[in-house]
Amino acid sequence: MNNKLFEYTLRIADDSLILGQRLSELCGHGPILEEDIALTNISLDLIGQATNLLEYAASIENKQRDADKLAFLRVDKEYKNSLLVEQPNGDFGSTIVRQFLFDSFRRPFFEALASSTDESLAAIAKKSLKETKYHLKHSSEWVIRLGDGTSESHQRVQKSIDVLWRYHSDLFYEDEVDLALVSENIAPSFKEIKKEFNQHVLAVLEEATLKLPDNNWEFTGGRKGMHSEHLGHLLAEMQYMQRAYPNMEW
Amino acid sequence: MSEISLEELQKKFQNKIDKDVKIEPRDWMPDDYRKTLIRQISQHAHSEVVGMLPEGNWITRAPNLRRKAVLLAKVQDEAGHGLYLYSACETLGADREQTIDDLHSGKAKYSSIFNYPAISWADMGAIGWLVDGAAIMNQVPLCRCSYGPYARAMVRVCKEESFHQRQGFEIIMVLAKGTPAQKEMAQDALNRFWWPSLMMFGPNDAESKHTKQSMDWKIKRHTNDELRQMFVDVTVPQAESIGLTVPDKDLKWNEKENRYDYGKIDWEEFWQVVKGNGPCNEDRIRVRKKAKDDGLWVREAAMAFSQKRNNKAKVA
Ligand SMILES: [Fe+2]
Ligand SMILES: [Fe+2]
Repeated sequence: MNNKLFEYTLRIADDSLILGQRLSELCGHGPILEEDIALTNISLDLIGQATNLLEYAASIENKQRDADKLAFLRVDKEYKNSLLVEQPNGDFGSTIVRQFLFDSFRRPFFEALASSTDESLAAIAKKSLKETKYHLKHSSEWVIRLGDGTSESHQRVQKSIDVLWRYHSDLFYEDEVDLALVSENIAPSFKEIKKEFNQHVLAVLEEATLKLPDNNWEFTGGRKGMHSEHLGHLLAEMQYMQRAYPNMEW
Repeated sequence: MSEISLEELQKKFQNKIDKDVKIEPRDWMPDDYRKTLIRQISQHAHSEVVGMLPEGNWITRAPNLRRKAVLLAKVQDEAGHGLYLYSACETLGADREQTIDDLHSGKAKYSSIFNYPAISWADMGAIGWLVDGAAIMNQVPLCRCSYGPYARAMVRVCKEESFHQRQGFEIIMVLAKGTPAQKEMAQDALNRFWWPSLMMFGPNDAESKHTKQSMDWKIKRHTNDELRQMFVDVTVPQAESIGLTVPDKDLKWNEKENRYDYGKIDWEEFWQVVKGNGPCNEDRIRVRKKAKDDGLWVREAAMAFSQKRNNKAKVA
């Protein structure tokens, strides 16, 4: 069971870590100063969540790996984030759509995880839920603004949805790890969460005059460590110091 | 109603300055006072924003989770400082977009320290410690600046700057106490950032064309050389306390004057960098301009959207 709990915690942690890292690339490059600050805030929240979750994962594993070792010293196949969060930032619209799909999943997910029988996960979920609600409000408002803004913004953001939608199902990937924990009431089932996700996404897209793509071909694999080409580069950058100067205090 | 003469207005203005009463946006002020402030505050705002780039360069490579979070928060603060300062500038009638375009066209300047590259993790320490440290020296007296909005912006900014300085010093201190490779990294960063940090206070008093007027108007409270000396006196003992060597062979304690004597600053280098010939001038402006250009469609969309919503609200 501990192996499964470790694996499950890593999946949540890595989503926060990798998306936090992606957003941190944008610090200093936002389309307006106010958005620079907002995206950095979200990045900070995600790095904070990742830290809490990785500390918990480290304590479950109990093998002298701390949160930093888990964050910086695994190889790509050992990262269990969903494919969605490792996708490159692209233009502002695609950064926002990626965030919107993720937040739409994360809000009901943390809401459900907050009543987990695992006290540590429940506590982290409660704390993260507050932040996530704010993130979702922010990303939803931007999807509406861009969708119902100019024809250029509408086209751009529609294109981002067409491209990124294929990765959403990886967020809901479920295997024996989840199923075992669901039966213990540690993990919530994805059924209700997916319903809420769909509802929110469709409502926002409608207000934004956008639509889901007809093509419903879906990608999964992230939870099993099967990633896109993008993750390796992200890790090369993120791990640089730890790899170049091993075993030092910073 | 009788017209108040220009002379009277000027007298009233100078009276306020003399009595340390703040000048507020709606108050009458001499054109040159307004121009001086717009120049100084916009330069300051640009420095905050361009200053995000050298440190932004290391956020994705920060060595652990805590450092990554602290650096993110630090650089985010600088964006906030930029915002307060652009707002303070707007109270003087300057248009934010125009001010930013002046930066991109090279018309407006920013602190030339940010034209030096951040090439190692230790530079995150050196920048926080020295660059934010020098900024504090400059900004603490600005909290008493005669122009109200600028003074108030500086009060908020200074609170955060001391956290910036501390996080930088902490980074460099850990390195200085670390492995030989880390110590070397720290010393190298100090070697590269020491002299440019001294240049941050601007030309020597004899060469500084704006200082006297700014002091008469109580925009500035200390001369460039006074501030530079304060910085040297505070920083040298800090370097010694962590076993790093300030790269100045002429540096020595002057018992009689109760201060450090330091070597000659290479003003030729300073002016070259100000003129645009520093190692990163072009990159910095290119990156800021790209952020603005890439964001154009986003700003247009936000504007179009809010217009649509306003129209809808009117109809309903
Ligand atoms: Fe600042
Ligand atoms: Fe600062």
